[in-house]
Amino acid sequence: MSDWTRLTIHETVTALRDGRVTARALVEAYLERIGLLNDTLGAYLTVAASTARTQADAVDDRFRRGEPLRPLEGVPLAIKDVLCTRGIRTTCGSRILADFVPPYDATALVRLIGDGAIVLGKTNCDEFAMGSSTENSGFHVTRNPWGLDRVPGGSSGGSAAAVAADLAAGGLGTDTGGSVRQPAALCGVVGLKPTYGRVSRYGLIAFASSLDQIGPLTKDVRDAALLLETIAGHDPLDSTAAGEPVPDYQAAVGRGVEGLTLGIPDEYFVAGLDPEVEHAVRDAIRVLERCGARTRRVSLPHTDAGVATYYIVAPAEASSNLARYDGVKYGLRAGDARDLVSMTASTRAAGFGPEVRRRIMLGTYVLSAGYYDAYYAQAQRVRTLIRRDFARAFAEVDAIVSPTAPTPAFKIGEKTDDPIAMYLNDVFTIPAPLAGVPAISVPCGFSLTGLPIGLQVIGKPFDEATLFRVAGAYEAARGTARRRLEIAPVPGARPA
Amino acid sequence: MSDVKITLAEVEHVARLARLALGADERERMRSQLDTILGYVEQLRRVDTAGVEPTAHVLPIVNVMRDDEVRPSYPVDAMLANAPDPHDRQFRVPRIIEE
Amino acid sequence: MSPGWETVIGLEVHAQLLTRSKMFCGCATAFGAPPNHQTCPVCQGMPGVLPVINRRAIEFGIRTARALHCRVNGKCRFARKHYFYPDMPKNYQISQYEAPLAEEGWLEVEVDGAARRVRIERLHLEEDVGKLTHEGGVFETASTSLVDFNRAGVPLMEIVSRPDLRSPVEAAEYLRSLRTILRYLGVCDGNMEAGSLRCDANVSVRRTGATELGTKVEIKNMNSFRHVRDALEHEAARQTRALDRGERIVQETRLWNPDRGVTVSMRSKEYAHDYRYFPDPDLVPVEPAPAWVAAIEQELPELPRARRQRFVAEYALPPYDAELLTSDRALADYFEEAVRVHPNPKALANWIGSELLRELKGDPAAVTATPVRPAGLARLVALVDEGTISGKMAKELFERMARTGEEPDPIVRREGLRQVADEGAIGRVIDEIVAAHPDVVGDYRRGKKQAAGFLVGQVMKATQGKANPQLVNRLLAERLGTG
Repeated sequence: MSDWTRLTIHETVTALRDGRVTARALVEAYLERIGLLNDTLGAYLTVAASTARTQADAVDDRFRRGEPLRPLEGVPLAIKDVLCTRGIRTTCGSRILADFVPPYDATALVRLIGDGAIVLGKTNCDEFAMGSSTENSGFHVTRNPWGLDRVPGGSSGGSAAAVAADLAAGGLGTDTGGSVRQPAALCGVVGLKPTYGRVSRYGLIAFASSLDQIGPLTKDVRDAALLLETIAGHDPLDSTAAGEPVPDYQAAVGRGVEGLTLGIPDEYFVAGLDPEVEHAVRDAIRVLERCGARTRRVSLPHTDAGVATYYIVAPAEASSNLARYDGVKYGLRAGDARDLVSMTASTRAAGFGPEVRRRIMLGTYVLSAGYYDAYYAQAQRVRTLIRRDFARAFAEVDAIVSPTAPTPAFKIGEKTDDPIAMYLNDVFTIPAPLAGVPAISVPCGFSLTGLPIGLQVIGKPFDEATLFRVAGAYEAARGTARRRLEIAPVPGARPA
Repeated sequence: MSDVKITLAEVEHVARLARLALGADERERMRSQLDTILGYVEQLRRVDTAGVEPTAHVLPIVNVMRDDEVRPSYPVDAMLANAPDPHDRQFRVPRIIEE
Repeated sequence: MSPGWETVIGLEVHAQLLTRSKMFCGCATAFGAPPNHQTCPVCQGMPGVLPVINRRAIEFGIRTARALHCRVNGKCRFARKHYFYPDMPKNYQISQYEAPLAEEGWLEVEVDGAARRVRIERLHLEEDVGKLTHEGGVFETASTSLVDFNRAGVPLMEIVSRPDLRSPVEAAEYLRSLRTILRYLGVCDGNMEAGSLRCDANVSVRRTGATELGTKVEIKNMNSFRHVRDALEHEAARQTRALDRGERIVQETRLWNPDRGVTVSMRSKEYAHDYRYFPDPDLVPVEPAPAWVAAIEQELPELPRARRQRFVAEYALPPYDAELLTSDRALADYFEEAVRVHPNPKALANWIGSELLRELKGDPAAVTATPVRPAGLARLVALVDEGTISGKMAKELFERMARTGEEPDPIVRREGLRQVADEGAIGRVIDEIVAAHPDVVGDYRRGKKQAAGFLVGQVMKATQGKANPQLVNRLLAERLGTG
């Protein structure tokens, strides 16, 4: 197994630019590793081997011809399967889209590919991004590279596992209630949810339109900054993609935390928080203090209401966004259709898994006549209170630090029977998307059993630069040496 | 025992609205799960939101519009490539009237 | 309408807007493309797509709102309206609900000389749906249907009246007036047969003098003014008959069947639709700047009613003529351009109302395409007024102008249409004719005045129709009368 797959994105860019490795050799190294480990880990749903090779050859041609190299030239990435990739199967982890091949690329993909990146493949996820463990995928389970009997988190578990196991140089996930940050924490990688509207959602197959954002999953903080610079910015195809200018995020990474005040929210350090997680996070906060940051307590009083708010708003929007899957225009169509209504009902019942069906039912109910005001409108009002909590806190501090997830990775199958228990995994990650603010998770240690723990930093709207300062400073202080994962491929394993 | 949040009849009604076929055995299971979830989210009713505007958008932006310019449409074959039952360059569907 | 009963009608009109591109994407709106050739992932509702508002659609909505005296709301929003139907790719329609573009306007409707204000409740924008064709052509028996999304996403403007209309005739007149206004504004071509203007009605009846509204029934599938009048007449009668029999009116949707002349219940098992409206999170609010609204209002053209009244006042035209000329803006423009060239409004109105309209096969809108341009018609009328050509010649001249697109003068010169007005020349011809028909002359002198007609005819024949008829009559009368 080659060492090229250990490199971060920025190290890869340098290696390619210096001619130490060809793009083709790099892609082959990753494909070899994927061939060895994907059956065990189940990170990828689709490996785009031939297009990746073709693109890599094109990069090498440009290099040979002395053409200027673009910022991500030749960098192989793992893309969560809710993002449309033209000509490459895009399933959202769902049987209802098992054979869907989009005729267009998401804007984020256009920008990455435009900067020279290569799509290695599409990664596994909870179906339609609904879940916190990737166990809701309609295809197979993804295993946490740090413990093969553990979940990688969700819903972007496939991308997180791929990056953690060096099956890609970096990747994209999506975050609606924590789906980039929580798997990042559980898999020991960096994961960022940008400010709502920072990155275009055009081509991101919608789950909850007012919450969804695309975010990078990477081996280090600088890579996250690099990817964000590439994909962020105004898009005429997305009315919610704000026109805010895109600053030099990479420069923020090394700027340090001198002069910054960090808030420690009372409501995030309560019973139910795993003592090992608390210990690791409090250690990390002390490291940041030693780096020059000031800290103080803050209160986000409506934190408790976050999960309930989210589990009304998100399913409501999802029930609407998923109405289009009806067996008429694309995707699965149930076979024995006497008439359209029963065809659609059977198609949706057969194509959607239990969690998706549950959320569609819940979402439809809370939007229905008689219940709209008590549930949906009320949830949106509580959401306003949560936004105000953050606004008030950010008047006192520059960023807020907390654990990303309440526990390290749990066992596969451990929480699948109890939806509420599963939902509570998101308790620390849900408030940021409700408020529309950005947040990053950076690895901050391991449990005694060797499972990763993540530190979350939450920032002001469009202030990802401060997140990169804090996360970058912490990472530098901790040391950038990554614990190399040795994964013993399980012989004859097929993803479960 | 807390009061029932959602009845079987309501579940059937919602399933029809959402075009989801629920088998007989599934209906009660779904009802029970939804009941539990609704019981959990009930707590929001106790939050004082008097005078608070619902969040329709987290961003303070307005008036995002585009010029009335024609852009090339997609080739018809690309648009029908994923169709389950294409016919004459159109999407064919079974009988629309509910049996 | 049966005595003792009053009909209460509200109309809901959907107008396809004349924007170049669709409401939420850049696909063209032009009619006639082969199925699914004018679509993209957005209007096909593919996974991952997002809508972006067409500014001109908002502009057209504001323009219409101000022409109908509506208040343009300071902030409006788009909302999702959910129901499953194959012509709606997302299975929700992006429309407006709680915060529409405009509200509370009115339209004046004239029936039998009496004008009444009909209130407009709201005006909002939404996207159109695709087109379905059914196997065998009949929806009820088709085993499959085909979907074409070319029309999906075309901007629609919905205008909802309050239930202020009191008769089918009034309702048809409201629709006619609204259609004319929309065409004047250039926002919609108003073609009901093609479906660019659609009308649904809500009809109820109540005892004359009652204040509460009866149960309303929605009527759909009326594709012309005629249909609207007939369908509403039939429905009002159906309801009163039912109530007279002691039955209750069921609140439902009924389709007008023009072949059978009845409204038929849409016997669907659908309980009332629960549209589950909520603000569309993919679109941010629209807050039309007051300066923008004011600019649009300033550019409003003179509206049909005002123009008609001005034509009566300024050109001394009879109301009928003014009504005809202003029934289409292009026709009114044509008339005024012609009048500027040659100020004989009455004659021009006559020519336009008869010869020109016949040439246009009764369709005033076609006036923009006719080879007979306003200046040309004006010159034709001037030639008649000068006496250069006779009225009969003018008709022939018009035919030639319509065929060739030429100006009148070259045609007159070339074909010698100039009428003969030389008294001496005509006099000589008359003398010849009189000499040639002494018996007819005798009849005339004995009191058979109609005999002059024969002689006039002979003079016209001898002059190949070119003699000025008034001159012939006068000279002939002089020759005969005194004798």
